[in-house]
Amino acid sequence: MAIHIVDRRLNPGSKSLENRQRFLRRAKALVQGAVKKSSQDRDIKDVLEGGEVSVPIDGMDEPRFRREGGTRDMVLPGNKKFVEGDILPRPNQGGGRGGRQAGEGDSEDTFRFVLSRDEFVDLFLDDLELPDLAKRKLAEVESEGIRRAGYSTSGSPANISVSRTVSRALARRVALRRPRPEALAELEAELENCSEARRAELLAEIEALKAKIKRIPFIDPIDIRYRRFETVPKPVAQAVMFCLMDVSGSMTEHMKDLAKRFYMLLYVFLKRRYRHVEIVFIRHTDRAEEVDEQTFFYGPASGGTLVSSALQAMHDIVRTRFRPADWNIYAAQASDGDNSYADGEVAGRLLTDMILPVTQFFAYLEVGQENGLSYEMPNSALWTLYDGLRANGAPLSMRKVNERSEIFPVFHDLFQRRGPQERTAS
Amino acid sequence: MTATDQLLFQGADWDFRTLQRICDACEEVARDELKLDVYPNQIEVITAEQMLDAYSSVGMPLFYKHWSFGKHFAFQEASYRKGLMGLAYEIVINSSPCISYLMEENTATMQALVIAHAAFGHNHFFKNNYLFKQWTDADGILDYLEFAKRYVAHCEERHGRMAVEHTLDAAHALMSHGIDRYPGKKSLDLRAEEKRAGRRRAHEEREFNDLWRTVPTGPAKTSAILDVERRRKMLGLPQENLLYFLEKTAPRLKPWQREILRIVRHIAQYFYPQSQTKVMNEGTATYVHYRIMSRLHEQGRLTDGNFLEFLQSHTNVVFQPEFDDPRYSGFNPYALGFAMMQDIERIVTDPEDEDREWFPDIAGTGDAMGVLRDIWANYRDESFISQYLSPRLMRHFRMFHLHDDPEERSGILVDAIHNERGYRRLRRELARQYDVGYIDANIEVVDVDLAGDRRLMLRHTVVKGAQLSEADTKRVLQHLADLWTYDVSLVESDASGTVLKEYVAHPRNIAVAA
Repeated sequence: MAIHIVDRRLNPGSKSLENRQRFLRRAKALVQGAVKKSSQDRDIKDVLEGGEVSVPIDGMDEPRFRREGGTRDMVLPGNKKFVEGDILPRPNQGGGRGGRQAGEGDSEDTFRFVLSRDEFVDLFLDDLELPDLAKRKLAEVESEGIRRAGYSTSGSPANISVSRTVSRALARRVALRRPRPEALAELEAELENCSEARRAELLAEIEALKAKIKRIPFIDPIDIRYRRFETVPKPVAQAVMFCLMDVSGSMTEHMKDLAKRFYMLLYVFLKRRYRHVEIVFIRHTDRAEEVDEQTFFYGPASGGTLVSSALQAMHDIVRTRFRPADWNIYAAQASDGDNSYADGEVAGRLLTDMILPVTQFFAYLEVGQENGLSYEMPNSALWTLYDGLRANGAPLSMRKVNERSEIFPVFHDLFQRRGPQERTAS
Repeated sequence: MTATDQLLFQGADWDFRTLQRICDACEEVARDELKLDVYPNQIEVITAEQMLDAYSSVGMPLFYKHWSFGKHFAFQEASYRKGLMGLAYEIVINSSPCISYLMEENTATMQALVIAHAAFGHNHFFKNNYLFKQWTDADGILDYLEFAKRYVAHCEERHGRMAVEHTLDAAHALMSHGIDRYPGKKSLDLRAEEKRAGRRRAHEEREFNDLWRTVPTGPAKTSAILDVERRRKMLGLPQENLLYFLEKTAPRLKPWQREILRIVRHIAQYFYPQSQTKVMNEGTATYVHYRIMSRLHEQGRLTDGNFLEFLQSHTNVVFQPEFDDPRYSGFNPYALGFAMMQDIERIVTDPEDEDREWFPDIAGTGDAMGVLRDIWANYRDESFISQYLSPRLMRHFRMFHLHDDPEERSGILVDAIHNERGYRRLRRELARQYDVGYIDANIEVVDVDLAGDRRLMLRHTVVKGAQLSEADTKRVLQHLADLWTYDVSLVESDASGTVLKEYVAHPRNIAVAA
């Protein structure tokens, strides 16, 4: 009897993927609720790493007829000291007896399972979308790319495909029975030493072969093939995200923390839309510099506040490194709102003339003191400035945030999927 | 031939040639020495992820799509990742050819163990046990699953995913009560039928006595009673197979819904023997792998090191924690099954006086494999334990019987222990733990109010005071009502007929049977 041994390891895995998706779809509302709730009081970075979610079992249970209570008879192993007729005290509920009897019969209240990062982020950002402006831009900024597209009979000599040409020539020569050089050489060798009668015969044969070789060229123009290229529109699939932050003395740790959370959300959100996302950190006091992430959030700095310096720095970086034609540019600025009054006009001009035309989205986040209430904050210098620009039609998004728990709602608010009538309004 | 030529493999690495050699060697022992009778084997090597996949679709290689399998997958994956759960070394499918899945991570010794265990032990059991013969069709199951998968997908396309999902949800909820417990009447062929009718006529003519006509009969049945009887007969009541009843009689189901109920019912039926033979099935497979591996070692085809590795895994598999051990979760079917098989071998070949007294039929007959093969073919867990659990094993496991009556305030009674007075009671109680008649709630369709509001009436006969859990029952009944599309009631009553509790469910207005 033959035994078949089959290697199935290379079979497509995740046969359950479809089932998993169905399960997530069914549990979607619940999972989303759990995700949003946890995003308010847990560290965002951890939450976005995916991981375990627990959702109430309700709606996903699989009920069965099950019995509980009643008289129970059990046979157990490992008797040590009991004799027939002993009465054992009942263990406290849930404990003792070493068994699972207590837990059996009841379904769990919550069901815990692990979401992958992608699944998590998908659910997390499910009802968000890129702002209108970005979409319009996205459609426009397509560059042309070149793609191989088979072969053609005409083209520039530089594009001759040698292998294709030679193989076609070979096929043609075989089909037309072009005599092989070896055959000719053989006849000529025979000619060297043969009888007279045969000689004439051979000569005629050699002539015929030579004539045929001449008639059928080694490579004919009809064999020649050129590699063909097509130009295709290539959507821009990369984005750069500018994080601008005021790090002057008036910014507290709490404010920086708020800003950081907002940047993270934006990063995750962009990461989902674009294949490649770069981040540029620009911090500023009265002058701006590009720094790494660590310095950005934790490096000490002090000085006055000139917002225009940061905007200028961003503009320079865009000009030198990120061509707007190739990059989708996003910017988020966080500040406590302080700015020197003299700077207002410069900053406003930079923003409207240089920066807003090339960015997809510019968000300004005004971070406030802990325990403060956002609606009680007096309008700061920067807020007043930006509000004025916005009133003049500049596409700016701006919000005020005080509490960690407000970050997600504010983010959500900025990118909310909007009905068509609201789009123009906001 | 040198010693290394004889070895099947060395170290932990294996390749497909090694597997082939292992299979051949195992087959030799299984066929010539144990005289096993198996389906053709097909061995498939899979990854851990594929193993998890297989777990979540009840171990079957192909299955229809349903969210609940995804839920199980998520759950199992989570506990696997956390290291709470190891994966089984193998999954084996009762089909012909018999498919065994081997994990690629296993060492060569483990592969040999798994091949001996699944491809020969389980395989023999599947092919020979009467329950599997009676209830499963090993040749057809893979084709049937393929059909089921395609059919469900096709329904989703035509009738929408939600409608199919609702129907499957409902069917799954009733799955445990979609099983025929007794083999149905075989349909006779017409010729036999005719012969039987002829015999009956001849008998009547021979026994005819006009005197019987004059014997007074009881009071004539009223037409109402006759009606009820006729109806119950027509509907095949009482009926404990709820899915079957719905499939055949639910008034407003669409044909495709009936077919889906049928698919779920067939699959439940396919697994019915497995739930009744856990101890025997695992015991058989464990006994077989132990015999085969020991023999291979004796023949010098396994190194001592590999054999020790095998013994370690084997010991882990048949480990039975005691009741007060935190690891205890009931009897380990591998441990109990293997111990019983070995014990039977001992009774047959080397009995003591006690064994002669308890097992006069088999004690000392000498042919252990013959006896075991006969047992494997003709018993299920309940009957196996109630006949072959020996006093010696009860002492070995130090078994005792607890009787927990909630009415009894003072505590739990130790009713029997492993002594002369307790052996029979212990054995009876343990066997009862494996009796499907006691494990599953006894729920039947008793009547349908055809004249009135078409209410479907069910009855749960309460045994030993164990009533249905309320929350779950309500949800199951809701599913049932959705399929039936009229009210459904369930009465719980004890043996004396006293009604303990009543449930009523009304159908929801969902698209199940619109």
